[in-house]
Amino acid sequence: MGGSAMPHLSLLEQALLTGVLTGGLYGLLALGLSLSWGLLRLVNLGHFAMALLGAYLTWWLGTSYNVAPWWAGLLVVFVFFFYGVGLHWVFMRFRVTEMASMLITFAFAVIVESTIQTIWTADFRRYETAWGSQSWVVGSLYVPKLNTIAFVVAGALAAATWAWLRYTYAGRALRACAEDPPIATAFGINHRGLSFLLSGLCAAFAGVAGVFIALIATLAPSEIWSWIGVVFAVVIIGGLGNPLGALAGGVLIGVCEAMTMAIVNPSWAPLVSFSVLIALLLFRPRWI
Amino acid sequence: MDMTNSNRVALAAVVLAAVSLLALPASNIAPFYISFLYLIFFWISMATSWTILSGFAGYWSFGHAAFFGSGVYTSATLAAKLGVPFLLTIPFAAGVAALLGTGIGWLVFRMQRLRGELFALMTISITFVVAAVISNTPIDGGSGVYLISVPVPEIFGSQSGTIYLLGLFFAAVTLGITYGIYRSRMGMGLFAIHDDEDVAETKGVPTFRYKLGAIALSSGIAGAVGGVYSIYVSYVTVGETFEVTVIMYPVVMSIFGGSRHWLGPALGATIVTIALYGFPSGPQAALGRGGIALGLILVVLLLPNGVMPSLIGCWRRLAPKQLVPVQVLPQPLVPEPRVAAGAVAMVADTPVLECRDVGKSFGGVQALRGVTLDVRQGEILGLVGPNGSGKSTLINVITGHFKLSQGSVLFDGAPIDGLPAHSVARLGIARSYQIPRPFDRLTVLDNVAMAASFGDGRNENEARRMAAHWLGYTGLAKKAFDYPVTLNLHERKFLELARALAARPRLLMLDEVLSGLNNTEVDAALELIRDIRTRGTTIIFVEHLMRAVVALSDRVAVLNGGTLIALGSPEETMRDPEVVSVYLGGAHAS
Repeated sequence: MGGSAMPHLSLLEQALLTGVLTGGLYGLLALGLSLSWGLLRLVNLGHFAMALLGAYLTWWLGTSYNVAPWWAGLLVVFVFFFYGVGLHWVFMRFRVTEMASMLITFAFAVIVESTIQTIWTADFRRYETAWGSQSWVVGSLYVPKLNTIAFVVAGALAAATWAWLRYTYAGRALRACAEDPPIATAFGINHRGLSFLLSGLCAAFAGVAGVFIALIATLAPSEIWSWIGVVFAVVIIGGLGNPLGALAGGVLIGVCEAMTMAIVNPSWAPLVSFSVLIALLLFRPRWI
Repeated sequence: MDMTNSNRVALAAVVLAAVSLLALPASNIAPFYISFLYLIFFWISMATSWTILSGFAGYWSFGHAAFFGSGVYTSATLAAKLGVPFLLTIPFAAGVAALLGTGIGWLVFRMQRLRGELFALMTISITFVVAAVISNTPIDGGSGVYLISVPVPEIFGSQSGTIYLLGLFFAAVTLGITYGIYRSRMGMGLFAIHDDEDVAETKGVPTFRYKLGAIALSSGIAGAVGGVYSIYVSYVTVGETFEVTVIMYPVVMSIFGGSRHWLGPALGATIVTIALYGFPSGPQAALGRGGIALGLILVVLLLPNGVMPSLIGCWRRLAPKQLVPVQVLPQPLVPEPRVAAGAVAMVADTPVLECRDVGKSFGGVQALRGVTLDVRQGEILGLVGPNGSGKSTLINVITGHFKLSQGSVLFDGAPIDGLPAHSVARLGIARSYQIPRPFDRLTVLDNVAMAASFGDGRNENEARRMAAHWLGYTGLAKKAFDYPVTLNLHERKFLELARALAARPRLLMLDEVLSGLNNTEVDAALELIRDIRTRGTTIIFVEHLMRAVVALSDRVAVLNGGTLIALGSPEETMRDPEVVSVYLGGAHAS
C-alpha cells in the first residue's frame, strides 16, 4: 500500500469516528486496570483474560442457551465481582508485592487463555445478533449503534467512578490509602474492606467490557495478548487511578490506531501503542 | 592462596564433569540423549541469563522471548538468506538482542517512579511488537524460515554433536559470567538495587550503569542461544519462537531453583526440563501451557526463594564439618586516622560545602527558597527547624538525590549539583536515614561492606574487614551475620551510622539519628558523633532534640519554610527573636 495516494477525506472522517468509538472500548478495558494499579498497587495482567472470558461466556450463553446479552452480561458482572473479591483475598493472604502481582496475574491470564482454548477451541467466534450490524447514517458517515452504546457506557462508568472517588467517603478513603496506607489506617479507614470492594468492582468492569467485546468483536483466545500493549499504553497516558484519564487515553490511542490502519496498513496497528509508550518514556510528562 | 578441602573437592568434581560432558558426543551414545542434554543446556542459559537482571536486581522481565526470538531470526536470516557461515551469525544474534534489551533498559531505567512496573510492561509489549515486525516483513513474511540447507561444521563427525557442544559452551559461559557477577562488586550492587534502589545510589552504586550492564548481558546471552536454537530446530516460525511459554519458562525455572543464587536457575532449569519431558504437544498443548502457568503461580506464592536456599541449608547440616565454611568475622581493618590520634577537633575557616542560593520546588510547592550556607572543615553544624521546613530536602539536594531548581552546591570549591548521587557519594559525602533503610536481604556485615566497597572504593576483602571494624565501633559485631529485620530500632540506627561511616566520608549528614532513643542511648550516640568528628569528618546534624543540638554543634542553622532564618553559635541562635517566635514560640503555641 505504500506510495498510494491519500485516502479520500470521508474515509478519514469515518476512520476518526471508528477510532473514537473503539477508544471507548479501550477506555472501558483500561478502567479496571487503572484503578487497581493506581489505588491498590496491584498490576492485574489477568484483567484482559477476564474480559475475554466474559465475552466468551456472553457468546456461549447467547448461542447455546438463547440468553439475551443483557441478562448474560448481568450474570457475568455479578459473578466477576466475587471473583475480584477472591483474587484480592489471595493477594492479601500471600502479601503479594506489586511486581509479584504482575507475574501471578500473567500466569493467570495464560491459564484462562488455555482454558478458553480447551473448551471453545482456537477457532474464531462471532456473535451474530439481529441488531449487531445496524448503524445510524449521519451525513456521509456510518455510526455503528453497538459501538456507540459501548462508548456511552464506558463514558458513564468512567464518570460515575470519577465522582465516586471524588465525592464519597469510600472513594476519598481509597485515595488516601493509596497515598499512605499506615496513616490512612491510623485515621480509622477500613482499608481491607474497601480494597475488596474496589477489586470486585475492577473485575466487574472487566465483565462489562467483555459483554461489549462479545457483541462487537470477533473472538479468539489469543486476543488477550493483543490488548496488553494497547491498554497499558492507555492506562499510562491516562494516569494511574484516573477514570476519566483512562477514557481520554483510550480515545487517543483508538484514533491513532484507526488513522494508521486507514493511511498505512492494518497490520502495523500493534506498533502504534508501542510507539506512544516509547514517546511517553522519552519525554516523561509529569503525570506518569 | 592455599585451597581448603571443600574447594579441592568441588574443583575436582567440576573438572571431571566438564571433561565427560565434552567427550560425550564422541562416544556412541544415542542421539536422543545428545539432543535432550542440549535442551537442558539451552534452558540453563535462558534461565540463568534471565536471573542476571531479574533475579539479582529485581527487575522482572517478560521479554526473554523477544531477546531469544531476535537472536533466532538474526541467525536464521543471516545464515539461510544471506549465506553467512553459521558460526559467524551467533555474535550478531547476541548483538541484536543486546541492543534491543539495552534500548528498553535505557528508556525505562531513567524513570524516577514505576521503573519496575514500566520495565515489565515494556518487555511484554516488545515481545508482541518484535513478533509483529518479523511476521509483517520479509524477515519471515508469515511462512517461516528453513535452515535445513545451512552447513554447520561437524565436530566429532556430526551436526548434532556441534549443536550439543555449542549448547554446552554457552551454558558454561553463562554460568561463568553469572558466578563472576554474583561474587563481584556488581553483584552486591545489583542485590542492593533489588532491596532499595535509591539508597543503593546514595551509597555509591552506579545503579543506571549496572542495570544497563545486566540487561545487556542478559539479553545478549538469550540472543546467542537463540541463534544456536535456530539451527537446532532447523525451521523457525513466529508462532513458536514467540510463544507465551517461552516467556514463562525462564521465570519458572529461575524462581523455582532460586533466583538469588548464581546456580539456582541452572538447578531449576534442569529439574523443570526433565520433569516436562514428553510434555503434551498438539491438541493438548493448551492444557500443558495452563499447567506451566499454574506452576508459575504456585512457585511465586509458595516458594518465592526457590529450592536453592533449602538445599544449602541441608548441606550445612548434613555435610562433614570440615567441608562447611565457618562464618568468622573478618579481621577488622582499622582505617588509618586522618588526624593524629587524640588530637582535639580542628575547625578551619575554609568551607567544605557551600550552598549558594539553593532552591527546590516540587510542582507548585517551594521546599527550599534560596538557601545560602557554608559548612566549615571539621565543624559540627546543627540543622534545625520545624517539620516541613526543608531540612530533609536540603540533605537530599546535597546528596544529589533531588535535582536543584535553582542555585548551586559546591564541595571543595567544585560544583556537585547535577552529578548523579553515586558520584556525589564517591566524593566523600555520606548520609544516614531518619527511618533506617537497610538492605533487608543482605546481612548486617554485607550492608556495611557494600558501603565500604562503593563509597570508599575498597576491594571485596578489604571492604569486609573494614565493615568488621565499623561494626565493632558501633557495637554491632555480634550481629554481623544476622539480617537487619532481627535488629531493634536502636541497633538499626547504629547500622545506619556504621554504613555511613564505612564510606569514610569527609562530610557526614545525620538525619535525626537520635529520635526514638532513650536517654542513655542518646548519650552514647553523642559520644560517638563527637569521636567521629575528632577523626576529621565534618558533620551536618539534623535534630529536633535541642539538648543534643546545643551540646554538640559548633554552629546552628535554622530553617523555616524553606528559608534560612538564622546561623551562628548555639547560644546566639537560640536567643534570636525570630528563631524564638518561629521555631520555639511556634512549637509552644501549637
